[in-house]
Amino acid sequence: MTVGFELGGRSFDSRLIMGTGGFRNLELMAEAVTASGAELATVAMRRVDPAARGSILEVLEGAGCEVLPNTAGCFTARDAVTTARLGREALGTDWVKLEVIGDDRTLLPDPAELLEAAETLVADGFTVLPYTSDDPVLARRLEDAGCAAVMPLGSPIGSGMGINNLYNLRLIVEAAGVPVILDAGIGTASDATLAMEMGCDGVLLASAVSRAEDPAAMAHAMRLAVEAGYEARRAGRIPKRLLARASSPEAGVPELT
Amino acid sequence: MTAVRINGEARDLPAGATLDEAVREAGAPQGGRGVAVAVDGEVVPRGDWSGTPLREGQRVEVLHAVQGG
Repeated sequence: MTVGFELGGRSFDSRLIMGTGGFRNLELMAEAVTASGAELATVAMRRVDPAARGSILEVLEGAGCEVLPNTAGCFTARDAVTTARLGREALGTDWVKLEVIGDDRTLLPDPAELLEAAETLVADGFTVLPYTSDDPVLARRLEDAGCAAVMPLGSPIGSGMGINNLYNLRLIVEAAGVPVILDAGIGTASDATLAMEMGCDGVLLASAVSRAEDPAAMAHAMRLAVEAGYEARRAGRIPKRLLARASSPEAGVPELT
Repeated sequence: MTAVRINGEARDLPAGATLDEAVREAGAPQGGRGVAVAVDGEVVPRGDWSGTPLREGQRVEVLHAVQGG
């Protein structure tokens, strides 16, 4: 049984946070969120659509999942701060997944705007969970600014490339005094396991599940993957060796020829 | 009449209309559960909607949570 973790002063049993973007419909999303075991799920803030069918809030509530509003689509600190405040007003939570994008082709974060927005929101009483690039210095600056976690990308959002820079991720994990949640780039279960084996405290993913052929099945796979990686990390893996090391006794081998 | 933009669309509301009327005009659910509003880029808390008169040319954004992230 995986041991839970502390995030923003609260305890969570699940180390998997679900993004809800990309599902073909709310029914598939509900099945997947339930199968993932996640207790937190991100939502985006967008203009009211009178023609929209169903309420994502009711669906997530039914799945036992709390909402975590994000600031997706924002390119400036100012817009991200306003969007975070809109999320707080609409959903009654002062938690925010902070995203400030700097490039619409790669969706990589804008570090300067991100840090500015984080400082403003922390001062405004938010529990800030920033989506960040895999830069150890920026991660440290976000932690120093009072963020409740750092959430480095493994690779660009929706790319499914997994973790592109294990070295940087290792440096972030080693230095961090707040939870490290790998956010973005996960393609399949082994990517999530690797993140946890590297010492991440949790994983946030959306596309890998929502755009999978069978989202609920992939959500279950991700749940197991995060648990497996966490358990393996705690168990302490064997060191890698250049040459073999026999697992059967070397003593007592008979002379047969 | 007061000409405003609600979620990017030009709308004429009766003179003296307040923000809660703009929220209804946007198609938000009754009572505005799960909805947040910004006027010219500034958040207006739900409790202030009915006491906030609209002025000519204001931009009203009426948002709610959708799948994302």
